[in-house]
Amino acid sequence: MQASLKALTLAAAMTLAVAGCGKEEPPPPPAPKAAAPAAPPAPPELVVKIGSAAPTTGPIAHLGKDNENGVRLAVEDVNAQKVMIDGKVLKLELIAEDDQADPKQGTTVAQKLVDAGVVAVVGHLNSGTTIPASKIYSDAGIPQVSPSATNPKYTEQGFKTTFRVVANDIQQGGALGHYIAKDMKAKTVAIVDDRTAYGQGVADEVEKAAKADGAQIVAREFTTDRSTDFKAILTKIKGKQPDAIFYGGMDATGGPMLKQARDLGIKSKFMMADGGCSPEFVKLAGEAAEGFVCSIPGTPVEKLAKGEEFKKRYRARFGTDVQIYSPDCYDATMVMVEAMKRANSADPAKFLPELAKTDYEGITGKIQFDEKGDLKSGAITIYEAKGGKFDVLTTVGG
Amino acid sequence: MDIFLQQIVNGVTLGSIYALVALGYTMVYGIIGLINFAHGDVVMVGALTAFTVITGLLGAGAGLPVGAVVALGLAAAILVCTTLAFGIERVAYRPLRRAARLAPLITAIGVSIVLQNTAMMIWGRNYLRFPELWQSRRFVIAGASITSMQVAIVLVSVAVMALLLLMIHYTKLGTAMRATAQNPEVAGLMGININTAISIAFVIGAALAAAAGFMVMAYYQVAHYHMGFILGLKAFTAAVLGGIGNLGGAMLGGLLLGVVEALGAGYIGDLTFGFLGSNYQDVFAFFVLILVLIFRPLGLLGERAGDRA
Repeated sequence: MQASLKALTLAAAMTLAVAGCGKEEPPPPPAPKAAAPAAPPAPPELVVKIGSAAPTTGPIAHLGKDNENGVRLAVEDVNAQKVMIDGKVLKLELIAEDDQADPKQGTTVAQKLVDAGVVAVVGHLNSGTTIPASKIYSDAGIPQVSPSATNPKYTEQGFKTTFRVVANDIQQGGALGHYIAKDMKAKTVAIVDDRTAYGQGVADEVEKAAKADGAQIVAREFTTDRSTDFKAILTKIKGKQPDAIFYGGMDATGGPMLKQARDLGIKSKFMMADGGCSPEFVKLAGEAAEGFVCSIPGTPVEKLAKGEEFKKRYRARFGTDVQIYSPDCYDATMVMVEAMKRANSADPAKFLPELAKTDYEGITGKIQFDEKGDLKSGAITIYEAKGGKFDVLTTVGG
Repeated sequence: MDIFLQQIVNGVTLGSIYALVALGYTMVYGIIGLINFAHGDVVMVGALTAFTVITGLLGAGAGLPVGAVVALGLAAAILVCTTLAFGIERVAYRPLRRAARLAPLITAIGVSIVLQNTAMMIWGRNYLRFPELWQSRRFVIAGASITSMQVAIVLVSVAVMALLLLMIHYTKLGTAMRATAQNPEVAGLMGININTAISIAFVIGAALAAAAGFMVMAYYQVAHYHMGFILGLKAFTAAVLGGIGNLGGAMLGGLLLGVVEALGAGYIGDLTFGFLGSNYQDVFAFFVLILVLIFRPLGLLGERAGDRA
């Protein structure tokens, strides 16, 4: 009896483990059909495939969809402009893939995009998927511009194809850590991260910077990007009574975490980096969101001339509000098209050198890359949630 | 001390949900010796059904009081889950009742995969946000903070479990179920309809699962097609911990697992001098399970069930 129960349990566990691996991929959404050319003497079309990779299912599907929409809007704008390249009208075709925020799925999707013959990729969203996928794009010689991967390692691998249009975590975490210790005057800080490349990376940088500015780290706790219960680690943090809690993770886990913290009677200031700076966070945290502090790399969209206009157009096109990175996705796409224009070619080998020389005034500000592919001007804006909206507290650097 | 108390509160809330789900595993195991791996997914179906009914009614603006909406949602979840479990038993397990024991187990895993994928097709892959139905009140007792939601979860679980124990031990139906569990052939000879008794075990387990699913969703305000998998695994662990086949054992195991998990996350860092962090909280829970199985292979309260298998 005992032996058979154990054997059964073991067999079951193994079968479940195997069963858990098989996940089908969703079909890519149909690419938007451009209107048929009207005038008979229209120049020939140059059809160019461009890839977008982001998690459009799972806990942060709203952010993935936001990214995809940002690229889609740019693609539609470019197609409407009838850009001429090598005597042909450029017609971008978007291939959007779902990487499920899963590093394994990220590489699968990257290979799929390469096989589909894309000339450039905007993505991925998470550092955890962007870094492993970048090897595949680099091997294929396809330029990759990430709109949102902030982990420094992404551009430190020595690949010529890796670029990003956001400040990295050294800049962001440094600015946040400094803000916590100096501006908020927090003496004790508790730090939690979700063990992803992004969450852990930004939390480490915040820890370093806050320590350097004299704050004491009283707790370092961990969760996962798919957890729902944070009460046990929060209770432990409650015992240390920190002035501030920093969480390195995304809004899907951050919102419920803040709510559970307030349920436990924790009054510490709650802070996150860009992963939590979304309208979705406010929805998830409800009233607890009041006074929540977060940062987004870049100057505030509201302060830039094209920012408000972008928000309005986005709303009109997709019927929802901008979450976090769609302006960056729009810029990332535009930067690539500009490089194609300058090179007068849509061949990755030809426009890649031009991409490195980018000097572009986008929605999110000035975009110039350093020799690694990082953004030269790394402005960080710190926001505070008030009455369900984000108010700008300060902009650092840039 | 208040921190310790708080961890106990966290653990007991989570544990009472584990216990409710564990009862479903243990009842089915007790009566036909089958580990019903689809049970966790029945919990998920219950949660998502309640989600659809409740958000639908709130969204339609029918003007019903929140209490009535919740009652309707819960009733729908229980109806769907019990029908589902009854159907699963008839279609997937009954034809295999005399087959080798591995066959129904594999079937159970198959049913689990079918349920997950069907739910994914109906409700999508995204996380669904469950609205906050009541403004949760917070009480502070001896430094530990308790929300009205936590109190409700524990009270409802205890009440449901007490009712179940009364039913099993003091009604004719309960006696029939216990007799079937002890020896189905002899029970059949005594005029008990063993098929009905077995179906009832599945149906009661599913009703508990529906209630548990609703509570998990209301507690964390999130539901998705994959939510039953880990919950089911934890509840199964709880059932084994308490002694699978034993009702009291499932309750004890559930509570214990919840508390061990909370304490593990809270103290594992201090106990290992920072070597292991709170990311090892599940390791801690399963370590306890291994210890229990080494020293009490039938689980904490597992003494009978030896006559099966």
